[in-house]
Amino acid sequence: MNTSASPNLPDELGHFGPYGGRFVPETLMHPLVELEKEYTRFSQDPEFQKELDYYLREFAGRPTPLYYAERFTSSLGGARIYLKREDLLHTGAHKINNCLGQVLLAKRMGKTRLIAETGAGQHGVATATVAAMFGFKCTVYMGAVDCQRQALNVYRMRMLGAEVVPVHAGQKTLKEAINEAMRDWVTNIRNTHYVLGTAYGAHPYPMMVRNFQRVIGDEARRQILEKEGRLPDLLIACVGGGSNAIGLFYPFLKDESVRMVGVEAGGEGIVPGKHAARFQGGSLGVLQGTRSYVLQDEHGQIQLTHSVSAGLDYAAVGPEHAWLRDKNRVEYTYATDDQALEAFLRLARTEGIIPALESAHAVAAAIERAPKMAPDQIIIVNLSGRGDKDVEQVAARLKF
Amino acid sequence: MNFGILVRMNRITKRFDELRAQNSKGLVIYIGAGDPDLGTTCKLAEAFSDIGVDVLELGVPFSDPLADGPVNQLSAQRGLASGTTPLRVLETVRAIRSVSEIPVVLYIYYNLMHRRGVAEFVREAASAGVDGLLVLDLPPEEGGDYLRLMREVGMSAIHLVAPTTPEDRIARIARTATGFIYCVSREGVTGVQDKVSQDVPRLVASVRRHTDLPIAVGFGISNPEQARAVAAHADAVVVGSAVVRLVETHATNPDAVSKVREFVGSLLNAIRKT
Repeated sequence: MNTSASPNLPDELGHFGPYGGRFVPETLMHPLVELEKEYTRFSQDPEFQKELDYYLREFAGRPTPLYYAERFTSSLGGARIYLKREDLLHTGAHKINNCLGQVLLAKRMGKTRLIAETGAGQHGVATATVAAMFGFKCTVYMGAVDCQRQALNVYRMRMLGAEVVPVHAGQKTLKEAINEAMRDWVTNIRNTHYVLGTAYGAHPYPMMVRNFQRVIGDEARRQILEKEGRLPDLLIACVGGGSNAIGLFYPFLKDESVRMVGVEAGGEGIVPGKHAARFQGGSLGVLQGTRSYVLQDEHGQIQLTHSVSAGLDYAAVGPEHAWLRDKNRVEYTYATDDQALEAFLRLARTEGIIPALESAHAVAAAIERAPKMAPDQIIIVNLSGRGDKDVEQVAARLKF
Repeated sequence: MNFGILVRMNRITKRFDELRAQNSKGLVIYIGAGDPDLGTTCKLAEAFSDIGVDVLELGVPFSDPLADGPVNQLSAQRGLASGTTPLRVLETVRAIRSVSEIPVVLYIYYNLMHRRGVAEFVREAASAGVDGLLVLDLPPEEGGDYLRLMREVGMSAIHLVAPTTPEDRIARIARTATGFIYCVSREGVTGVQDKVSQDVPRLVASVRRHTDLPIAVGFGISNPEQARAVAAHADAVVVGSAVVRLVETHATNPDAVSKVREFVGSLLNAIRKT
């Protein structure tokens, strides 16, 4: 071990230092213990891994390219920028990696129904997709505001046979969708598996989702060594709950020379209610099963959030990210809505790649940092999803 | 030696001891604090105390009540809208204490205590006259400090047991809990149900194997008939959403408190006769 940010976490109760754990109503405690046991058993089973590898390759389209973005790089005049093309996966984002893992687990656990929350709709689409392919019933909870701004994904889920339930509580975005999914799970625990979409929630979810997403970093590490013969200097990923970021970062944690930046949603600026940058305006709290950084008021009520990207519009951040920040292993910054939109267009026009608005936050950080780095340095940006779902919203906002 | 017991006998324990001596069943009534306002909460508490409700369970409104069904979610929203903070709930308990000795349990989500500081909140609650806490999303595994602090001030740490809780876990919870054990009658969130789960007798029996503490059953019990049926198997019955719904229906009615009192009285009649 050559770093203080131990990759051996979480501990047996799901803690990453002071973060993580299991804070749920009693009805969910035993099912979570069972899920952890089953996950641990199958993750050590070569047959399970073989089956997962098969579907990742043949169905989802792995490995994804690590693409040298030459024109984007030269437009910035600094470090060489590689894009990890998770946007090319089936269903359009990294979410499918985790959904395939969880559906195989659900199948082995004898469950017949999948439920999920979704923000941008990418996780909902991926869950609906694996449900269709493996013959599960599927219900997806989505905030009513998100249903509107990501309407394309609502249609996709319905076409795939899933029931999409718009959630009208609170601010009608991702947090409320998770509350509703947890209520469904608590009610239908015997036959239902909850496919949580990010590295958040009660143990074992943050660990399990990370492990299903680490394929991103494992591939990227191998690919950059092949292409450049050395490790990258900087990794950049956007952080909502944090699954694409932890997936990229985790396999590099022991590589001390590799710096990492997680990019949160700065929204309209760091003013309460106008952003979703938990490390800027948040404090230690317990929300939806885990202890982490949470945007909350002085009484412990969860604050409103805002981001142009539905997938980053969430009041808390995955517990492992809080831990990696404490250990100074990962730096967390933010990009505003405007910066993300600018990055969205810039990548589209220099590379012919339209990124998801979530991933555009990571691209924005690359735009800021690359010019300050030497031309022989290397950045890998996780292009976690494609922007098809966002074109209507961006067109309206930028008056196309 | 438990310092809290030297100061005063916990009101919950005292009340259940009395019920047991009379061979009588208890009634726990849940309302959302601050719905529609804390003045009404205070009046309702006084009314419940007058007619002999055994425990008042006060829901502290939280922005994200993920264990609650629609009725209690909306109640929490109204509570927040009326400016109800955890500290104002404690002030209200203090006000209730000036007129009543009704045992009071706060039904609370952990973040609200965590934000204040668990130690500080526990001490403040005890000093306001709260007798027990039911922290929805704090299982015993995460509750080390909390449980110690609760013992120190003599408050009851109420724990849930669910139909999904296996036997060894029930044993563990029974060792940790004080006051009474709260059995969740079915898998799901709080809310009114047409039928009470058939699992209740089995669940209560398996809890009974591990504890002498009183066993209360709740979630989904909404009328006198259901209350009577459940009381046959348990030491106490918890009724929540049905009362919350009535408070909402009569929110603008000047007779609201007496309407609610009438309904709760009918629940008491039903269970006292078992």
